[in-house]
Amino acid sequence: MTASAANPVAPVLDVKDLHVEFDTYGGIVKAVRGVSFDVHAGKTLAIVGESGCGKSVTVQSIMGLIPMPPGRITRGTAMLDGVDIVQQKIVNGRDIRGNRVGMIFQDPMSALNPTMRVGDQIAETLQVHRGYSKRQAFDRAVEVLTLANIPEADKRARQYPFAFSGGMLQRAMIAIAIACEPAVLIADEPTTALDVTIQAQILDLLKDLQRRNGMAIVLITHDLGVVARMADDVSVMYAGEIVETGSVDDVFYRAAHPYTLGLKAAMPSSTTPKDQGLRPIEGTPPDLFAPPDGCGYFARCPHAMRVCGPSHPPNVEVDPRHNALCWLHHPDAPRTVSELHRRVQA
Amino acid sequence: MTALVDARHVTKHFRIGRGQTVHAVDDVSLAIAEREIVGLVGESGSGKSTFGKTLVGLHEKTSGEVYFEGERLPQRYRPADFQRYSRRMQMIFQDPYSSLNPRMTVGEIIGEGVRLQGGSNSAAIRSEVDDWLERVGLERVHAARYPHELSGGQRQRVGIARALILKPKFVVCDEPISALDVSVQAQIVRLLGEIKSSMGLTMLFIAHDLSMVRYLSDRMAVMYLGSMVEIGPSEAVYSQPLHPYTQMLVASNPEPDPESERQRATVPIAGEIPSPINVGQGCRFAGRCPHVMDMCRSVTPELRGAAGVEPDRRVACHLYEPATSD
Ligand SMILES: Nc1ncnc2c1ncn2[C@@H]1O[C@H](COP(=O)(O)OP(=O)(O)OP(=O)(O)O)[C@@H](O)[C@H]1O
Ligand SMILES: Nc1ncnc2c1ncn2[C@@H]1O[C@H](COP(=O)(O)OP(=O)(O)OP(=O)(O)O)[C@@H](O)[C@H]1O
Ligand code: SF4
Ligand SMILES: [Mg+2]
Ligand SMILES: [Mg+2]
Repeated sequence: MTASAANPVAPVLDVKDLHVEFDTYGGIVKAVRGVSFDVHAGKTLAIVGESGCGKSVTVQSIMGLIPMPPGRITRGTAMLDGVDIVQQKIVNGRDIRGNRVGMIFQDPMSALNPTMRVGDQIAETLQVHRGYSKRQAFDRAVEVLTLANIPEADKRARQYPFAFSGGMLQRAMIAIAIACEPAVLIADEPTTALDVTIQAQILDLLKDLQRRNGMAIVLITHDLGVVARMADDVSVMYAGEIVETGSVDDVFYRAAHPYTLGLKAAMPSSTTPKDQGLRPIEGTPPDLFAPPDGCGYFARCPHAMRVCGPSHPPNVEVDPRHNALCWLHHPDAPRTVSELHRRVQA
Repeated sequence: MTALVDARHVTKHFRIGRGQTVHAVDDVSLAIAEREIVGLVGESGSGKSTFGKTLVGLHEKTSGEVYFEGERLPQRYRPADFQRYSRRMQMIFQDPYSSLNPRMTVGEIIGEGVRLQGGSNSAAIRSEVDDWLERVGLERVHAARYPHELSGGQRQRVGIARALILKPKFVVCDEPISALDVSVQAQIVRLLGEIKSSMGLTMLFIAHDLSMVRYLSDRMAVMYLGSMVEIGPSEAVYSQPLHPYTQMLVASNPEPDPESERQRATVPIAGEIPSPINVGQGCRFAGRCPHVMDMCRSVTPELRGAAGVEPDRRVACHLYEPATSD
């Protein structure tokens, strides 16, 4: 069952046809090339994809965090509660976003202020967005640090970021992001520095907040186990585009795009025997200075056909609400999806 | 077996004011053989990064010794010591953002160590840099970029190239693949494996993803709150963990399968959350351990062989009788 089938109301966050580029010394990097997704209250959308494919840039542009220049949002909208926040020229991510959207950054060190005690940083957010008194805000800061599983939070709140381990920084970021109980939580690799026992507790905490407040979550992660555990829907990105979207079951059990299949094959599971070795996808992603006209995955795709090189693949609905950007699913393509799965398994 | 790196009873405490001490690493011993890869996993905040930094001299040791190729390393490095040892020992840092100089291009960052060593002209350095960019799955065009112009995973690979280009004998890799997608992870793990056989690299590989560590490492060591609680051959530790914490780690590893994840019960937050500040007597896992006994709270378990398990395994837990020969 998909989000919109169960929930007739509009999505909390609705992103359409987002394009982002950067000026660099070597030319223009076309980092995001027409990304669309939406997420409903109480649901989790996971975004997965190759390193460098534009996941962070996508969410940073929604948050108004792209430095402009050198960055540019050349096209697209992001509707939050019916208001287009991309068109609002706010660069520091404050205002409407501050209260309604919380963000967990991929680099906690770049998002935390190294010269300020961790507790004070959380308290400051609460003073600005919630109008708390200094005292109230600090008490709440200790409370959210405890919620985020930081032991002895009252002592830790008085420390500076350098005294925190990688995983503790990450939990401090999570505490800042959830302190204001946002309607949408954007989490960019929120648990990469945590061991799996703490990770499991943090994921449970997020699910719990979601059940209680109907928070929508956009979760960027490389960990397909985390996706399996958290996501209702999944979007797979490659070279600046979303190449497959569907329910978590669609993407795990009926993957339709060759990149998704390659990613799944590269993932070791606890049952894969060690001597079977690892199977990375051979080759590298295309140059984003001059993205190809045709399919971005063409050079690495084991199923590529002649049409895939010169012509951009269509976005085909392979099942209801399950889409893939790939020529294989064009009605005139010689192969069927089940044939594709057989070939991959062989 | 001659150890390339031999850490004996290494302890690192941090004073944090008001008479409080963080026991980041407490009496950890580890001998790493030449060409061996040891995976170090464990609780967040358990002291993995601190232990790694202490090995390569980035932290002064509170007590204990580290020997490298039989030579005892200084308790506290002076600037000249870094110069002396950096050729042989390198570290790939956990946080690629703050460890890369924001005012240097990627090409300059990767080539800097080679330049400082002297003896190579700039054209040779440039071609070596290009070579390493390719080996870690980046492109030549990335050499002209600044760190903030890269994605998280691209930055992480710059850190890997910068360390490996110096052809060190020993590298501490601190979470080198955590920001990479599984395909690039597999590529890096394979690259490290190749370098191990071609250059004879020895590695301490810090990670929290057990399934990847298992692929790469010969032995796996597990830390919890400053202590080493288990060590043994990777496959054995992964498939038959002895310590209750290791068992919990293996059991909480999320599987890439939505159906089985839906069946998984949510983890109750068991017991009090531990803290490395002013730790007392007894097993540090006692507060969260499902098998805790009275003696666990008063007697600190030693890392030792256990009766009935392979002699190359060690565990610090009172559930196991000591091995008779140990
Ligand atoms: N400020 C910038 N200037 C130039 N290029 C940039 C800038 N920021 C990002 N890029 C480029 O845009 C592309 C997308 O980057 P992004 O950070 O969104 O990747 P990502 O999908 O989050 O990857 P990862 O999983 O490694 O974090 C990358 O190729 C990156 O090099
Ligand atoms: N410079 C410092 N000053 C004070 N305490 C510190 C300092 N560096 C680390 N610590 C503390 O030492 C302990 C161990 O930290 P360390 O970074 O080694 O953990 P870790 O095992 O690498 O964790 P993670 O997996 O989260 O990166 C933590 O409690 C941390 O807060
Ligand atoms: S469009 Fe062609 S090249 Fe691209 S993924 Fe599909 S089959 Fe492969
Ligand atoms: Mg990113
Ligand atoms: Mg660490």
